[in-house]
Amino acid sequence: MTLTETPPKAPARQPVRPPRKRLRYALTVAVFLLPSAVPLLLFTLIPMAGSLWTSLHEWNLITPMKWVGLDNYARLLASEETRAAFGHTLYFIAGYLPLVYAGGLGLAMLLNRAMRGRDVFRAIYFLPVVTSWVVVALLWKWLLNPASGIVNWAIGLIGLEGPGWWTDPGWAMPSIILASAWKDLGFVMIILLAGLQAIPKEYVEAARVDGANAWQRFRRITLPLLSPSTFFVVVISLINGFQVFDQVHVMTGGGPAGATQVVVEQVYNLTFKYGRAGEASALSWLLFAVVLVVTLIQVRGQRRWVNYG
Amino acid sequence: MAGSARVAAATLITALLATACSQGSATRTEEPAAGGKVTLRYFTFSAAPDHVKDLDTIVAAFEKENPTVDVQVETAPYDQYFTKLQTSIAGQTAPDTFELNYENFVTYAGAGSLLDLGAAGGDTDTSGYATESLNAFKHDGKQFALPASFSTVVLLYNKDLFEKAGVPLPTADWTWADEQAAAEKLTDKGAKVYGDFQPVTFFEFYKALKQAGGEFMSGGKSTFNSPQGVKAAKWLVDKVGKTMPTEAEIGGTADFDTNLFKSGKLAMWHNGIWQFAGLKDVPFEWDVVVEPGDSQKASAVFHNSVAASATTKHPREAYAWAKFLSSSNVAATTRIASSWELPPVSDQAVLQGYLKDPVPANRQAVFDSLKSIALPPVIARQQEMQDAVTQELTEAAAGRKSVEEALTEAASKVDALLG
Repeated sequence: MTLTETPPKAPARQPVRPPRKRLRYALTVAVFLLPSAVPLLLFTLIPMAGSLWTSLHEWNLITPMKWVGLDNYARLLASEETRAAFGHTLYFIAGYLPLVYAGGLGLAMLLNRAMRGRDVFRAIYFLPVVTSWVVVALLWKWLLNPASGIVNWAIGLIGLEGPGWWTDPGWAMPSIILASAWKDLGFVMIILLAGLQAIPKEYVEAARVDGANAWQRFRRITLPLLSPSTFFVVVISLINGFQVFDQVHVMTGGGPAGATQVVVEQVYNLTFKYGRAGEASALSWLLFAVVLVVTLIQVRGQRRWVNYG
Repeated sequence: MAGSARVAAATLITALLATACSQGSATRTEEPAAGGKVTLRYFTFSAAPDHVKDLDTIVAAFEKENPTVDVQVETAPYDQYFTKLQTSIAGQTAPDTFELNYENFVTYAGAGSLLDLGAAGGDTDTSGYATESLNAFKHDGKQFALPASFSTVVLLYNKDLFEKAGVPLPTADWTWADEQAAAEKLTDKGAKVYGDFQPVTFFEFYKALKQAGGEFMSGGKSTFNSPQGVKAAKWLVDKVGKTMPTEAEIGGTADFDTNLFKSGKLAMWHNGIWQFAGLKDVPFEWDVVVEPGDSQKASAVFHNSVAASATTKHPREAYAWAKFLSSSNVAATTRIASSWELPPVSDQAVLQGYLKDPVPANRQAVFDSLKSIALPPVIARQQEMQDAVTQELTEAAAGRKSVEEALTEAASKVDALLG
């Protein structure tokens, strides 16, 4: 998100400090930055550099690394599997993003009204967000069990036969999208709710006085004024979407028949199942590049539709 | 962007963390000044969950003979074992000694991760071992692991179900056709009773292929996309949905087949002799026979060995433990008494002890199955090959591809892996 903000400009005329005071000031800043800078360095930046180095090698984890230059990248770019993995990831995003946004917006609008038990509902919808992905994925796997799940049982009650869900290549990705949207709904709801509450009531009132109907008020007042929150939700959800892994790993392991083999699942398999850590690192960097480009495009594009009023 | 950085780094973070921690484990394996006791770590998949106590018995006997060594056992389930082992080797926290199966032995020996036990021991007496077993764990003429146990796959059957349905019991002369005819009679979908269960996987396929008289690969190319291959694949695939539950009915349930057999709703079950201990208390009569063949008999044999890490600080103790675990009398008799696979010892008298246990009655079938065995094909990119074959066969079993299409696809994938 740092990309969206330009660094704060230094004030035109800085107060002149004596050298000793300046040193003390710098030290104070350093002390406050340390708690987040050290973990960032240790657990993000250094491993990132390490994975860049690994991506230029052939490495099966148990033998010493062998330098191969850009071979891993070349092989990945030419491979059918890479294309399939990005395809599956895009399929996931295409299903997940609209669903989670529409659902979150609906919930936010609903829970923005004055109603009894509003806080309880907000808490309930937020609960899945703070639940471990493994728990949620196992729960959905169980609900959607083709043979003994409650969903297919309910479908059976009305005389229909439920699909094979995660055992059927055609239904596996929709199953994962459903579980993912369900879990993240609360997060989107909270962000949009905050956005909704920041919209001054006077605007809506004025529109009402001018004779705007509910749809017009939503379309012309609420939605534009909500756009900063929408922008945030879209950026975060897209990045999360590209990184989809936990639910896939638990629910299908990339199957059936590779139908849910997304990029990060592929990274995991390459490293830990097939001993191709170099290629896996290279694939991680390809994913990084894609996410970077997509996010830059969004940041560029936001000027056209995001309204900071 | 910090989030995607995390993903880019995911591959390496484990290794780096492990390196950071290796300081800690290095001190763990160092000899403490007082007492002079050596701690030796042993990592295993075959002991948990049914045989942890049996392993403890062997450890206690070893420590009694070697009072300066303290063996520390670590276990992991089979499907997580190799991920953990790889990561610990990459992170330089490899256990001193660990279990390896035959399929993975080549990968690790070729990678230089294993200690040459022959050199470490300086003891060349190998008369206690069955020669074929010993040779299976040689690489470039060096003994990189000692055979610790082996097991075979047989046909387990529920006697009560056969008698109730009036179907004659399986015999050693059975062929696929006999098994299929019986399975059809024994399947009662209304009562959710199934006639047969044989997983549609790489491991069943290479064996069925040999039973049909085919060959998996030869001269560095796959040869399983043959008339025999098609026959073997159909043998597996055609059961699904007829005499065996479908993938959707299994619904990813862990140990589905074990529970089905234990609940008395499965008549015939292709599985390993490691299941014997778990079937002690089932409320029905069951027995085993050598698996039926087609043009010939062939039984799958799984070999486990104990190896030592090339980086262990205690090569001599590691060798002593590996030798004790694989060939000592205590280890052999403990394994036999608890039906924990079979010890690869040359002493036939010890092995005969296996036949004393009355259940299952036809234990002789386990030894008979060794007369004609099918060893898994092993290549450098083993796991990818296994997954590719299993995935294509699963496609055929689900009816999404024809058997012929699946085999053609699998053959081209395997050929690509063979490079």
